[in-house]
Amino acid sequence: MNEKRDIKAQDHRAIQEPAGQQPYLRPAADIYEDSGGITVEADLPGVSRERLNIEVDGNNLTIDGTIGVEMPDGMEALHAEIGSTHLRRSFTLSNELEADKISAELKDGVLRLYLPKREELQPRKIEVTTG
Amino acid sequence: MFGNLTAFDSDLFDPLELMRREFGQLLDDRSGPRGIRSVIAGSYPAINVGASPEQIDVYVFAAGLEAKSIDVSVQKNLLTVSGERKLEPDSEAHYYRRERRGGAFHRVITLPEDVDPDRVTASYRDGVLRITVARHEAVQPKRIEVK
Repeated sequence: MNEKRDIKAQDHRAIQEPAGQQPYLRPAADIYEDSGGITVEADLPGVSRERLNIEVDGNNLTIDGTIGVEMPDGMEALHAEIGSTHLRRSFTLSNELEADKISAELKDGVLRLYLPKREELQPRKIEVTTG
Repeated sequence: MFGNLTAFDSDLFDPLELMRREFGQLLDDRSGPRGIRSVIAGSYPAINVGASPEQIDVYVFAAGLEAKSIDVSVQKNLLTVSGERKLEPDSEAHYYRRERRGGAFHRVITLPEDVDPDRVTASYRDGVLRITVARHEAVQPKRIEVK
């Protein structure tokens, strides 16, 4: 799947630099947990759905994206705060999360991943009685 | 625009790079003049500016904005971009990491002198605001034919 993506990316003018020579940038992320699961929200500006790859390999969750902005021919940089088009970040999952049920949503460069907990592991509220 | 920029900044998000930068500031090894409007590295949103013979393109990497909330204005060769990102934390949830930045931002960018403030376009897509300002034709390189 990765290879297919790369070939597609080469057709696009925006990717002008050869892959593999750029450093990976680490996108900023918020991570929070509620009773049902864990949510990861990451900023991936310039990454479209086609250029985003989310993979779960064993216990590792990897977010991998390529920034694809259009640039006119012969452009030179005057100033740059983003020095690479590659964004990547990995997390280690814990066992109680259901990797098969991870859902992802991408909107305006913000990725929201929801990692639900296994149903049998969702917390039960234990009533404390007095007396 | 991205790959050949090692002269500017390597990895803004790299903790080692940030640490090196902070030490550098402590030791004041970069005491030369700085732009009066320059902001701290890593501020939201990050901005890249590219120049080509016909135009200047400004890319504002502003994930999670609403197009309506972005203000872009050009006065002569000063480009102002402002907006607000509303990041409301989920009060019911427990946060492990909060690295994303929200709130209002305001950036002023000095463009080259030859831009035409009447020919500006702006579009917001996939979290990137791209502002294109045309340059006056006079400065575009002219091909001189050798007879």
